[in-house]
Amino acid sequence: MTLMKTLLGAAATLALSSAMVSADPAIIFDLGGKFDKSFNEAAFNGATKWAQETGGTFKELEMQSEAQREQALRRLAESGANPVVMTGFAFGDVLNSVAPDFPDTKFAIIDVDWLDQPNILQIAFSEHEGSYLVGMMAGLASKTNTVGFVGGMDVPLIRKFGCGYAQGVKAVKPDATVILNMTGTTPAAWNDPVKGAEIAKAQKSQGADVIYAAAGGTGVGVLQAAADEGILSIGVDSNQNYLFPGKVLTSMLKRVDNAVYEAFKAGADLETGKVKVMNLASDGVGYALDEHNAALVTPEMKATVDAAAEKIKSGELVVHDYMSDDTCPAATF
Amino acid sequence: MDYATFLQILDTTVRLATPLLLACLAGLYSERAGVFDIGLEGKMLMAAMTSAAVAALTGSVWVGLAAGILGALLFALVHGLASITFRGNQLISGVALNFVASGITVLIAQDLFGQGGRTPPLSGGARFNAISLPFVDSLSVVPILGPMYREVISGHTFLVYVAAALVPATWWLLYRTRFGLRLRAVGENPASVDTAGVSVIRLRFTAVLITGVLCGLAGAYMSTGLQAGFGREMTAGRGYIALAALIFAKWRPWQALGATMLFGFFQALALRPDVIAKTGLSIPVPALDALPYILTVVVLAGIVGKAIPPRAGGEPYVKER
Repeated sequence: MTLMKTLLGAAATLALSSAMVSADPAIIFDLGGKFDKSFNEAAFNGATKWAQETGGTFKELEMQSEAQREQALRRLAESGANPVVMTGFAFGDVLNSVAPDFPDTKFAIIDVDWLDQPNILQIAFSEHEGSYLVGMMAGLASKTNTVGFVGGMDVPLIRKFGCGYAQGVKAVKPDATVILNMTGTTPAAWNDPVKGAEIAKAQKSQGADVIYAAAGGTGVGVLQAAADEGILSIGVDSNQNYLFPGKVLTSMLKRVDNAVYEAFKAGADLETGKVKVMNLASDGVGYALDEHNAALVTPEMKATVDAAAEKIKSGELVVHDYMSDDTCPAATF
Repeated sequence: MDYATFLQILDTTVRLATPLLLACLAGLYSERAGVFDIGLEGKMLMAAMTSAAVAALTGSVWVGLAAGILGALLFALVHGLASITFRGNQLISGVALNFVASGITVLIAQDLFGQGGRTPPLSGGARFNAISLPFVDSLSVVPILGPMYREVISGHTFLVYVAAALVPATWWLLYRTRFGLRLRAVGENPASVDTAGVSVIRLRFTAVLITGVLCGLAGAYMSTGLQAGFGREMTAGRGYIALAALIFAKWRPWQALGATMLFGFFQALALRPDVIAKTGLSIPVPALDALPYILTVVVLAGIVGKAIPPRAGGEPYVKER
């Protein structure tokens, strides 16, 4: 009976894998959810763009809990999807153990750069550079000389955002105060808009008049509270300017959409076994300027920030990356 | 810490403690009647979604509030059916409802609005706005109490004052009315209530439904008072903190107020690391977040006082074997 089961299972697997010659690409969204108006949504937009342009189809999966990761990844890889893209550093360790079992499948993972497998493409964004630019804008826009930062879960990646931001603020206003808060230490910190709003209010009462939220779904609460309290906020990952027109100073763009689009476009020919750095120079990060925040960004502000961006691109100006040595010259966590 | 900062923290405390207080009182009714309810979280989440969704669709926060209460009542009814009528395990029913709520709220909101399980941001009459209490300006010249009245007591949304009024109301109902006496008795010794000719089933159902209404208020407060819209899993474990507060308060209404305010104060303090740093102590923020649970364990362990749950709690009532 057991043997029968094994045989049937093997047959089913064979049938599945042979049916998958077409090899659709697949994407796995992390716990924030596909429509987080931020990181995962950017990934989804990139995948959608690819689908619209090529007429192709892609598989997708949304994580519901931590425990699902390995199972979900294996299931997609077994189904023959190629390449398999996943959003989020939390997949790093799981992918490291799964990837060797599927040598013919190509994997791309965003926000990870510490793995070493021949079939994994690691895509690392230079969030500190983008955060530096929006930090400069915050510093220039602040009248109270105090700005705030609200992080989601307290992980090195989010500290990298905060550290770049603080450096940007100090670059234009060396004596400015940067208030740094993290929402929490568990994944629930990505989805707690109420706490995000309270942190924003607490920062406002300490004098902050521009607040940068790098906190997934929690950030929506931060932006809402800032709009209610009449101060400015800065969105993250996707362009969030439209959420509260005239109240969001800018958004730090992390072009996850481009990364996913390019990975899907390369398909089975995806170059793996390396780390791809998406920085300012390669348009991987940036800041958002559109009709919703045009009135808030003065020409001088734009000129200052663009000048700094050029310097970063040419390598003349180096923004310190928190994750390189776990320290920050401009702020303490 | 200067007085103004202290008042700001108290103001935050009131806002953060209100959903805890409402949920804690909700749990109090149910558990005092002998029905454990671990599903406060799920009911709050459901109410948060239905109230924000209906408020977004109708543009009226009052219709939204009613919908929120109905949503939570629906879940309370299911819990009642499972654990009272069909004598199922109350904890399992509660946990199951939490899971259902976690999924179904996103599903419904996604189906209605297509914004990834979010409701559109509410504005104007679709959300509760802050109420300024009378005499705020004339009283603010009074030293100490004036600013306190202006910063901490005034300027909250309608549901905060409802929550505050519910504390004495609950006390009165539980300890000064016949219904309250029976409710407490049914949680301690349902057989004696039954012998007296009072329906255990009906009493317990009433208690569970009151729990639903209060959870409805708590959820609606979160999505239409504190926030302007529903987001996935936005209750973020407050239902469980409320349960911890209920144990900490030893299932008593006034103590529930104290416990939730204390927990809210810890949460508010955790948002102000600068204040803690100024006192010279170095308390990590996560330690403050964990304090409510630690205190609850301390109380449960009998180190400070003794928490004795209602004796018949968790057991379905069987009339005859």
